[in-house]
Amino acid sequence: MAQLTYREAVTAGLAQEMRRDENVVFLGEDVAAAGGVFKTTVGLLEEFGPDRVRDTPISEQAILGATMGAAMTGLKPVAEIMFSDFFAVCWDIVANQIAKTRYMTDGQMSLPLVIRSGNGGGARFGAQHSQSVENWAMAIPGLKVVAPAMPADVKGLLAASIRDPDPVLFFEQKSMYGVKGEVPDDDHVEPLGAARVLRSGSDVTIVALALMVPRALKAAEELEAEHGISATVVDVRSLVPLDTQTILAEVAKTGRLVTVEENPRLCGWGAEIASIVAEELFWDLDGPIVRVTTPHIPLAAADSLEDAMLPSADRIVASVRELVD
Amino acid sequence: MAAKPKRAAAAKRKPQPAIDAATRLKLYRTMVECRLLEKRAHDLFMQNLIKGTSHLALGQEAVAAGFGVAMREDDYTFCTYRGHNHTYVRGVSMTAILGELMGNSAGLMRGKGGSMHLTSVDHGAMGSYAIIGAHLPIAAGAAWSAQYRGTEQVAVCFFGDGTTNIGAFHEALNFAVIWKLPVVFVCENNLYMEYTSIYDVTAVRNPAADRASAYGLEPILIDGNDVDVVYRTAVDALERARSGGGPSLIEAVTYRHGGHSRADPGKYRPDDEVKEWLGKDPVPTYRKQLRGLKIAEKELEKIDAEALAMIDEATETARNAPLPDVDIAWIDVWADGGAQWRN
Repeated sequence: MAQLTYREAVTAGLAQEMRRDENVVFLGEDVAAAGGVFKTTVGLLEEFGPDRVRDTPISEQAILGATMGAAMTGLKPVAEIMFSDFFAVCWDIVANQIAKTRYMTDGQMSLPLVIRSGNGGGARFGAQHSQSVENWAMAIPGLKVVAPAMPADVKGLLAASIRDPDPVLFFEQKSMYGVKGEVPDDDHVEPLGAARVLRSGSDVTIVALALMVPRALKAAEELEAEHGISATVVDVRSLVPLDTQTILAEVAKTGRLVTVEENPRLCGWGAEIASIVAEELFWDLDGPIVRVTTPHIPLAAADSLEDAMLPSADRIVASVRELVD
Repeated sequence: MAAKPKRAAAAKRKPQPAIDAATRLKLYRTMVECRLLEKRAHDLFMQNLIKGTSHLALGQEAVAAGFGVAMREDDYTFCTYRGHNHTYVRGVSMTAILGELMGNSAGLMRGKGGSMHLTSVDHGAMGSYAIIGAHLPIAAGAAWSAQYRGTEQVAVCFFGDGTTNIGAFHEALNFAVIWKLPVVFVCENNLYMEYTSIYDVTAVRNPAADRASAYGLEPILIDGNDVDVVYRTAVDALERARSGGGPSLIEAVTYRHGGHSRADPGKYRPDDEVKEWLGKDPVPTYRKQLRGLKIAEKELEKIDAEALAMIDEATETARNAPLPDVDIAWIDVWADGGAQWRN
């Protein structure tokens, strides 16, 4: 075990897989010589050389098109889209091409590729560099969608995504790049499609993703210490495939569900989970399902305004108390 | 009215070896087969045996045949929704193509792709792409993979004149040049982006060739209805790509005999223009040329008859094939063969 930051865990996951398989190649803007604008890929060029770690122009369609073409012809490319907001300029390649190719070709083509991207708010970058867009990806059949909350999962889930034979969109929460945690040194792979129960309680199940996970944990501690409410916290980790078994089992134990999403309100991933729980677990519920989300408003740049929009531990506490009390 | 493009000089760059008789016959046979395949697709549409839409390449056979004959078996083809011929020339059967158009179990993808998405990985036909521009960077990626793996394969990417005005065209060209990728970009300029003259919506006279210099590439503008010229240009560009010389951008000027798609009768085209281009029809023109080269009428008749027998047989097999099993709608979203998104 080593103490690594979330960003160092990205590098560690990539390096682990590139050492293991020479068909793993990596491309993106400023990723090679500069080591990435978020410094997530420092040292990869030096270790793996310019044939495997490649700087590209600011051409997101070319980056993802090339990634797809390489994946269908024997490589296992990993691409970086610097900010997930930039998916909007290359969404054709993701939504129309990558997601549908295996199906349309009657299974002739596999696309073992990973697209990593800096996602989410909290870094004071304003409305076009702060969005949480994992729910865009979740809405399209054919894409796997992963969003880790802690360094060990960054490494393990990135490794699993690279080994996976299907296209994976890997959302890194960009304001968490400096967060430290224990990360296994050896070959470390976490399975895709497995949620993790981080804390077990008896009154309410809080389901969270990425930046919302530490906030949910903080809220759970406060609920326990100050309000006598015992909360389970589940880190979803992977939206597609979605570990509904774990979520349903945990909600069945507590009888209450609160989802905490960074997405703006409409059609956030929590809505899908709420729908599944309502349909399959309705008679076990002791109260309404509650969604805590960013309001349906673009994010402002100023820290005071952004903080007022993103779900905070205080908001989670207040929502849970209203539900349980 | 569409302005007439300048004639190209590029094909005369260097003395070309003569094309041998066997290759010429192969070029002719390929064009005849493509012609019959597209005409048959049209007929089956009229009989309502093909649903949806279809974009025929009648009149553009010389581009598909010239490249198809010049390419190595393991090269990659990337084409558009007007891609029946490009897929066919890689060795895919007429039955599989017609079956796919008719949406039945004989189809290349058993109806899961349709006319606009013909793909046969086994034949190097790496997909027909129906969103303008998307496949240029994808072809560049396949070329990157070939370069990385050291296989000397070349990716050939066909697209229409309208594609030269979308961003992906420009991103892909710049990308392919800076990485010196073994990819050949082939613009089939048939003078119309869908229903509008390409000359009315493009800043330069030759939509692809005039953009080449922006990417440090030689402008290559050729007569896309002359299959010998297309073949020679293809041989050159493939050789350059294979030997590490990087990408090429070729503009082949041609004409589609029909409208953009099934819904379009193509009435926006002036009668004289249509008449002029029908006079430059690549198939009868080449046939006449081969007769002039002392190839016996009998030999050409034999090719014509064989192609006709082939399309008739393929049509019968394809139209009698059963519908696909509905269960296949539920498979192959993922590599494990399934469609599960939850446990």
